[in-house]
Amino acid sequence: MTAHRLPNGGRVDRAAPVRFTYDGKRYTGLRGDTLASALIANGVLEVAPSSYRGRPRGIVTAGVDEPNALVLVDGSLLPATTLELHDGLSATGRSGVGRLTDSTDSVRHDKRYVHCDVLVVGGGPAGLAAAQAAGRTGARTILADERTELGGTLLATKGFDLSWPGLAEFPETRVLSRTTAVGYYDQNYVVLAQRNTLWHVRAKRVVLATGAHERPLVFADNDRPGVMLASAVREYVNRYAVAPGQNVVLATTNDSAYQVALDLIAAGITVSAIVDSRPEPPAALVNQVGVEVITGSAVTGTEGRHRVSAVHIGPDRSIPCDLLAVSGGWNPAVHMFSQAQGRVRYEERIAAFVPDTCPQDLEVVGAANATYELAACLAEGAAAGARAAHLAGFGGGTAPELPPVPAESDSAHRPVWMVEGDETLQFIDLQRDSTVADIRRATGAGLRSVEHVKRYTTVGTGLDQGRTGGVPAIGVIAELLGASSPGEVGTTTYRPPYTPVSFALLAGRDRGELHDPIRRTAMHSWHVAHGAVFEDVGQWKRPHHYPRAGEDAQAAVLRECTAARTGLAMMDASTLGKIEVQGPDAGEFLNRMYTNAFAKLAIGSCRYGMLCRADGMVFDDGVVLRLAEDRYLTTTTTGNAAAVLDWFEEWQQTEWPELRVRFTSVTEQWATIAVVGPGSRAALTPLLPDLDLSAAAFGFMTFRDTVLCNGVPARVARVSFSGELAFEINVATWHGLSTWELVANTGATPYGTETMHVLRAEKGFVIVGQDTDGTVTPQDLGMDWIVSKRKDFVGRRSFSRPDTARPDRRQLVGLLPVDPDDLLPEGAQLVAGGVPLTPPVPMLGHVTSSYRSAALGRTFALALVAGGRDLIGRELLAPLGNRVITATVTEPIFYDPEGTRRDG
Amino acid sequence: MLLIPCPWCGDRDETEFHYGGQAHVAYPQSPDALSDAQWAEYLFVRDNPKGEFAERWCHNAGCRRWFNLVRDTATHQIVVQR
Repeated sequence: MTAHRLPNGGRVDRAAPVRFTYDGKRYTGLRGDTLASALIANGVLEVAPSSYRGRPRGIVTAGVDEPNALVLVDGSLLPATTLELHDGLSATGRSGVGRLTDSTDSVRHDKRYVHCDVLVVGGGPAGLAAAQAAGRTGARTILADERTELGGTLLATKGFDLSWPGLAEFPETRVLSRTTAVGYYDQNYVVLAQRNTLWHVRAKRVVLATGAHERPLVFADNDRPGVMLASAVREYVNRYAVAPGQNVVLATTNDSAYQVALDLIAAGITVSAIVDSRPEPPAALVNQVGVEVITGSAVTGTEGRHRVSAVHIGPDRSIPCDLLAVSGGWNPAVHMFSQAQGRVRYEERIAAFVPDTCPQDLEVVGAANATYELAACLAEGAAAGARAAHLAGFGGGTAPELPPVPAESDSAHRPVWMVEGDETLQFIDLQRDSTVADIRRATGAGLRSVEHVKRYTTVGTGLDQGRTGGVPAIGVIAELLGASSPGEVGTTTYRPPYTPVSFALLAGRDRGELHDPIRRTAMHSWHVAHGAVFEDVGQWKRPHHYPRAGEDAQAAVLRECTAARTGLAMMDASTLGKIEVQGPDAGEFLNRMYTNAFAKLAIGSCRYGMLCRADGMVFDDGVVLRLAEDRYLTTTTTGNAAAVLDWFEEWQQTEWPELRVRFTSVTEQWATIAVVGPGSRAALTPLLPDLDLSAAAFGFMTFRDTVLCNGVPARVARVSFSGELAFEINVATWHGLSTWELVANTGATPYGTETMHVLRAEKGFVIVGQDTDGTVTPQDLGMDWIVSKRKDFVGRRSFSRPDTARPDRRQLVGLLPVDPDDLLPEGAQLVAGGVPLTPPVPMLGHVTSSYRSAALGRTFALALVAGGRDLIGRELLAPLGNRVITATVTEPIFYDPEGTRRDG
Repeated sequence: MLLIPCPWCGDRDETEFHYGGQAHVAYPQSPDALSDAQWAEYLFVRDNPKGEFAERWCHNAGCRRWFNLVRDTATHQIVVQR
């Protein structure tokens, strides 16, 4: 045993020594210690100096509110006061600021989603009583407590039988220790952080028994090591059997410090004096402790270098000591309550913000509800637990009998917000090194709101989030502003998380590959085997290009483009969204949705269609096939498939429920292969023995249901997104790979999304979401032809709004850089030629698509330009920082404008 | 995380739903009969009360049905379905 470990008592295992390292030195503690209590047992009270002023600092608390004793363990910054000691623990003291680790967190974190009838937060006396009262009814009860052991303040209370609730006997009750409620959201959705598990709990009723945090006192040199919260001193002595000092002075504003004095005396520690702010503390308490009580007084300063050696009470009185235990009153821990949108009110009698009303189904009990006497805490908790279970449908609402406890007193407090002395040494937030002088500077600068003062002074922004300094700061602000009480100033907003939570815990297993679902087509393995470079399109993995040995991306794309324009090429188009629209009113429905008409589309034909939002802006596009009188297959862009299905369902359900039409996503049911190029007809002829592929027999924008040479049923459509002769073969997904291989064996060159983009841009076909951005009408794209004049559809009325008729709207145009080798970056801003490039320069638009074209032997681009069509033939500039690209505005179609190639 | 009562599936977490904005804003019967200002009102202007608000939700990750409910925008309590 060390000199600082008391000979008797405590909840530590004296037969189980634990070796640990702190700041490179080896120490030994006991099982049951925290790092802080083990350090105190080894005579270490001083920790890392303060962040900003480098002042010596010591352990102040015994819990999550610790502002000073922060240590770095395995890359995490943790309070030594909550860190369980374990063999081989190696901790480094840090001055309030952690250090990001560059190693990956290899610990596996999980999430659990649970429902319960009653959730009790906090395992102190009130929480235990609530959990017992609820659990014994058979209600599904969860008790979450942040400590290693249940009991809360009872752990520091001598002679209390902690086995009394008997929670283990209730099969529907789950006790989660080392579990902190960190977030409270709508409808009793509470998030609990338990080491490597994040619990998402939806509770019918919640009982908050979150306890209270003791407040420090503000006086000069109140940050000196050896100044400690009175409740923390009591906990170290009673729970851990360590003595933070041998000669103690207590400074208090309330009754709670007297019990601390009694426990210290019982442990053989000298209490030299109690300094009580109240002129007349309860006589019974004064008589009971039997030490000098200096009434109506406050500590104004301390002496010492790295440890308190004496305290000052005004200019005339000094008392030697090695520990100053302070109690500036108690703050009910209203964090969870406030996160649940509860309102707090200021209670003068105890000088604290206490829970008032809350819209959620919860109750606050015990010290969190400013009920500080043990017997009352137990009674309140038991009543609330029984009531919560009853309201959730369990038990008759009667509270069980409670164990007898000794009476305690909680007479009126007398807060001390400010005392005389050097305000630059009167610390409010130890972690931020903020003082009364800082707050005076803030209020002197005219700040009145506590939120503003917080941001100006950084009070309450440290790791402890104002648990110690928050209310003292409000008290000082109130005094400086001459407010009638701190209640007039109010509190800052309490936000989740209550205590820091690691990102790794929040992420759980949703990391790396599991971060987002990955969608692969039926042909994915072939693409991988043939060296495809993939890109993500929504959740899909799509081949971007297929480089051959020694080829870079640019060379591969140019080769793929050439194959499609001059020979035979193929692309996996399975990812396009596909929605079947069925019902007698399907044609009418599509007529109302698309800008162009579909009701009279012939069975066996396809038509390109465009969808607009009600504001007239382009939303999506795709080819629609009419399969039967009452059956269409619409295709969407890859990224918008879900949004289009939602859009259809919304209009049908909410506006036109009378239309007999239904929608089914069939994206994943079909594998689609685009076979492209002048050689495609000849190549496919042997594969499609039942079809006459000639242009006369199988016209553009029609489709046929047929059977491939290998017996696989297929739907073949003559659609083209490249302008070349093309056939789109659709087969059931499970035939996708074999059909792809069948086509590949004809010698077709596989191409990826980049080649698809180049080919379509050469033809001036837009890609929704790349060449449009939700502010573009079909007319802006030069696609007036797709907007029907003969029927109504969603968005039509908007085309006659003044805004959509503005002549200076951004319109789609082509751009040809003057230097045919210059590639405009997509997104490049465009300005008029001939204007000086000194800001401000009016922006005319931006480049939406830009490529190198094999067919054109040069670069080209598409752009949205204000009044662009009137600028055709003119030059625009794209300033790119260190250089400027000059480009000529053209029609947005560069290749085969007559459309002669699509029939081969 | 709201707990939303889907009329078909019961209480489900908000993440299963898609928000649809203010309820009871019907698509105009005859858009052409509206002035530009009236059409713009339909397109862009919605109420933004503090308190009870009738709004639309769709149970996207469940039955995919649209429905209306009244939510208090200040407390997030769901008052009634209508």
